[in-house]
Amino acid sequence: MPPSDPGAEANRVMNADKTAISRALNLVEDRRTESQGRVAALLASLEDAPKATRGHRVGLTGPPGVGKSTLTSTLARAMRIRGTTVGVVAVDPSSVQSGGSLLGDRARMSFDPSDEGLFVRSLATAGEVGGLAYAANSAVRVLASAYDTVVVETTGVGQSEIDVVHVADTVVLVIQPGSGDVLQFLKAGIMEIPDILVVNKADQDALARRAVADLQGALRTAQTAGAGQREDGDWETPIVATSATQGTGIDALIEALDRHREHLAPTLHTRRRTGEVRWAIDLFTRKHGDHGVATLDGLRELRDRAARELDRGQNPLSLCEHLSDEYVARLCQNSPEKT
Amino acid sequence: MAPSGKRERDKPWIMRTYAGHSTAKASNELYRTNLAKGQTGLSVAFDLPTQTGYDSDDALARGEVGKVGVPISHLGDMRALFDGIPVDQMNTSMTINATAAWLLSLYVATAEDQGVDPSVLRGTTQNDIIKEYLSRGTHIFPPAASMRLITDLITYTVINVPKWNPINICSYHLQEAGATPTQELAYALVTAIGVLDAVKATGRIPESEFGNVVGRMSFFVNAGIRFVEEMCKLRAFVELWDRVTQERYGVTNPKQRRFRYGIQVNSLGLTEQQPENNIIRIVLEMLAVTLSKDARARAVQLPAWNEALGLPRPWDQQWSLRAQQILAYESDLLEYADLFKGSEVVEAETQRLVESAWTEVQEVLSRGGAVEAVESGYIKQKLVESNAARLRAIENGEQIVVGVNKYTEGAPSPLTENLDDAILTVDPRVEEQQIEALEKWRAARDNAAADKAIAELQRIARTDENIMPASIAAAHAGITTGEWAHTLRGVWGEYRAPTGVAGASVKTSGSGPAVEVVAELRKRLSDLETRMGRRPKILVGKPGLDGHSNGAEQIAIKARDVGFDVVYEGIRVSPEQIVASALEEGVHLIGLSILSGSHLALVPEVVDRLAQGGLSDVPVVVGGIIPEADAEQLRTQGVTAVYTPKDFELDAIMRDLIDLVDRQHAAE
Repeated sequence: MPPSDPGAEANRVMNADKTAISRALNLVEDRRTESQGRVAALLASLEDAPKATRGHRVGLTGPPGVGKSTLTSTLARAMRIRGTTVGVVAVDPSSVQSGGSLLGDRARMSFDPSDEGLFVRSLATAGEVGGLAYAANSAVRVLASAYDTVVVETTGVGQSEIDVVHVADTVVLVIQPGSGDVLQFLKAGIMEIPDILVVNKADQDALARRAVADLQGALRTAQTAGAGQREDGDWETPIVATSATQGTGIDALIEALDRHREHLAPTLHTRRRTGEVRWAIDLFTRKHGDHGVATLDGLRELRDRAARELDRGQNPLSLCEHLSDEYVARLCQNSPEKT
Repeated sequence: MAPSGKRERDKPWIMRTYAGHSTAKASNELYRTNLAKGQTGLSVAFDLPTQTGYDSDDALARGEVGKVGVPISHLGDMRALFDGIPVDQMNTSMTINATAAWLLSLYVATAEDQGVDPSVLRGTTQNDIIKEYLSRGTHIFPPAASMRLITDLITYTVINVPKWNPINICSYHLQEAGATPTQELAYALVTAIGVLDAVKATGRIPESEFGNVVGRMSFFVNAGIRFVEEMCKLRAFVELWDRVTQERYGVTNPKQRRFRYGIQVNSLGLTEQQPENNIIRIVLEMLAVTLSKDARARAVQLPAWNEALGLPRPWDQQWSLRAQQILAYESDLLEYADLFKGSEVVEAETQRLVESAWTEVQEVLSRGGAVEAVESGYIKQKLVESNAARLRAIENGEQIVVGVNKYTEGAPSPLTENLDDAILTVDPRVEEQQIEALEKWRAARDNAAADKAIAELQRIARTDENIMPASIAAAHAGITTGEWAHTLRGVWGEYRAPTGVAGASVKTSGSGPAVEVVAELRKRLSDLETRMGRRPKILVGKPGLDGHSNGAEQIAIKARDVGFDVVYEGIRVSPEQIVASALEEGVHLIGLSILSGSHLALVPEVVDRLAQGGLSDVPVVVGGIIPEADAEQLRTQGVTAVYTPKDFELDAIMRDLIDLVDRQHAAE
C-alpha cells in the first residue's frame, strides 16, 4: 500500500514510528522499476533528518563464526542502557541455488520486544554475489533518519568489507583469536585497514593477548607498506578485546566508536559523500557495465560528475536513474538510423 | 540351571512409565495407581516452566503449567508428589536438566522431612544440559555455568548420595534431533568425556576414588525401528564405553566400566496415521534393548501408541507396560545367556558402528570437545543435516513407513472412532489452581529466612563452591523454582544456542520427481518476487517454553531451499517478540511451531497482537501435535492452516505457503 502523503510518511519515519519504518524498508527493498521514483523521493525527504546528520553509522564485518550477531546484540543492549537509540541492519547471504535465505541473526539476539528505541531488520544479499544486500545502503539511510546509531552487520566474505565502507562512518572488523587469514590479508594490503579492530571471543586471557599482539604486528607491517594512507589522516586504529557472551570489552568498544565519530566530525561530510559517489557508480555499473561507464566519458569524469550532482541535492539512487536515462539517450543518438 | 530343571531367570529390567501432569496431587494419584499395577520405578515428567526455571505464575509460563508434566514450584509441591510413597523404597528417575540441582535439592529435602537419610536414596537425575543445546532446548545458562551445575550435582551425590545416578547422558534426544546411530554414539561419548574431564578439573574427587564417579555415569538411549542395527548400536556402546573408561580414565574395576543405560524407545517414529500400528513398532524397538543380555537396558520406558495425537491416557500407558511385562515374565527371553555372542553378522555390524563412531569422537575432540562443538554449532548443524536427509527419504518413499507413505488404505480403526476421547486433556483450571496454591505458599513462609537463603545462594554462585548445600537449605527455607533460577540467571546470565540451520547444507539429488517439484516451487517464488518487487519473506516462530525445534528447523530449511527469505529466531520466543519481529522484518507470512500442547493459549495471543499492531493481513499457519478439535478452534480464531505430524510432505506445505502469499498479494 503506497502511503498517500510521502512527506507525512517521512515524518513518521523520522519520529521512529516502527510501522512507518517497516513500510519504508519494504519500499527500499522493492526492485520494480515503477517503484524507483518513490524510493528516491523517500530517501530525498529523509536526507536532512537531524538524526541522520548527527548520528553514527557503524559497519560491523568479519569472517563467519566470529560471533558478530552476539556482539551486535550485546553492543545494542549496552547502547540502549546509555539511552542511545539503535537501528540494526543484519545482512545474510542468499542461497545461490534457490535465491532464498536463512536470516538467523535474530536467533542470537535477545531484546526487549516493547523497546521503541531499537529496530532490527534482516536483509538477504539477493544475488549481489558476495556483496552487501541491494537495499542495505538505502536501509541504513532510513534507519539513520530515525535512530541515533545504525549498526550494519555483514558476513565478511568477498565484496562486502569493501561495500560496507560506502555506507558506514566507522568500519569495525571483528575477528577471533587465531584468525590467520585476516592477518595475512592485512599485511599484504589486500584488506583495507578498518577504523577499529575487535578481537571477539577473548574469554581466554592468554589467547586474546596473543591475538592482540599479532594484530598490532600486522597493522605495523601494513602501515609500513603504505596501506594506511586515508582521508581521515592521523587516526590510529585501536584494537579492542571483547567477549560478547560475557559482556566484557563492550565499554571499551563503545568508547572507541565515540572517539572515532568525534574524530570524523570535520571530515564526516566528505566521507559520506565519497561513499555516496561510490554507491551511485556501483549501482550504475551493475546495471550497465563497463560500456556504460565508457559511454559516459569514463570513471574519472563519472566520479566528478556524481560528486557535483550530489552537491546539487541528488541522492545516489536518483542520480543512478538520471545517469541511466542519459546512457540510454546517448546510445540512441549514436546508433545509426535504421531505414 | 536351577535345581528344578528350569533355567534360572535373569532379573528383569526396571519398568517405568514417563508420567506426570496437571498438579503434584494428580500426579501422586497416578504414580500410586501405576505402582499398584506392578510398575517397579517412577519416572517423573516435569512441566516446561519447572524445567526452564519459572514459577507457575510467571508470564512465560502461561499456557504451559501442568501440560507436559507436573509443576513443582517449591518444597510443598514435591512433598505432595511423594505423599504416601516412601522415598527410601523408591527408584525415582527425574527427567530434569537445567534445574536438576534444584529438583534434587527438593527431593533430598522431602526425604529429610519424611525422616529418611538422603544417603539411601536411589534414582536418577537426567542432568545432561549439554544435549539441551542440541535438542529439547530447556537450557537456561551459558555452557560453562551449565557444566558447573552438572559437576556440582555429580560431586555432591558421589559423596553424599552414593546410590544416586547423578547424570543420564542422553543420546535419546540426539536421535530425536536426527542423529544417525554413529552420531548418537559419538556425541553421547564426547558429552560423557566432557563431563568426566570437568569433574576431574574440580579437584573435589581424589584420584583414587575417580572410579566411583565413572561407575555412577549412566546413559539414556533411544532405539528406533531398525531394531537389528539399534541392537548392534547398543553393543557398540558397551565396547566403546569400556574403551574410554579404561584408556582415558584408567578405571581398572570392570564393574565401574559397565555401560549402564535406561531407554525410552523412539517416540519420533510414531505415526498419526493408523496409530494402532505404533504398538507393534514399540514392541520391535523394545527388542533392540532387551534381546542381547550383554547390552541389555537396566530400565525401560515405552511411549504410548497414541502419542502423535496428544497426551496419552492411563489405559494407553498401561498397554505399553503390559508389553514389557509379557516379554519379561511370559516369554523365555530372560532364561538365556547372550544370544548373539559369536554371531558374525551382529559382530560385523557392531564393529562398523564402533569404528565410524570412534572417528567422529576424534573429530569432535580435535575441535576442542563437546562444549566447543556445541558453541560453534558444529554438532547441531550435523544433526539438522541428518534429520533433513531422513525426512527427505520418507517424503520421496525411499524409507517406507507403513500407513504413511505406503499401505495407506485400510479399514477405519475402532480405537480412534472418537478421536477427542482417545487422548487426555488437561483441565484448563489447573493453571489457576496451581497459581493460587503458589501464592498461598509464598504468603505462609518465613520471608526473612527465604531472603537469607537466596542471598546465600547468590554468594555461592559467585564462588566455585558446590551449589548443592545452599540449594538444599533454600528448599527447606521455602524458596521457589523461579527464585532459584532467577538468582542464578542474575549471576551467570542466559544463553541462546546456535540453531544450526543457517549453515546446514541440504543435498538435492540430481533428477527425479522431487527435484522437479522443487524447481517448480523455486520458479513460482521468483515469479512472485518479480511481481511483488521483493522476495517473499516468512517468519518461523517457536512461541512458549517448548524447545523441540526439529519441526521449525526443517520447515525453515525447506522454505529457504524453495526460495523464501526465512527469518528464524530459535526457541522460546514470546508471542510479543514474534509480533515485534514480524513488524520489523516486514514478513509476508508467519509459521508457528508448538509441540507442548499449549497452542490454544499461545496462538490466539499471537493473532490478537498482530491485529493490534496493524498486521492482521499477515497470514498465520501453525504446526504441531494438535488434535482436530483444537485445530478447528484455531481456524475460527484466525489461523489460516494447521499442520500435524501426518503432513509429512514438506513440498506440499511449501506449495500451500506460496499459494497463501500469492493470494494475499493479489488481494492488495
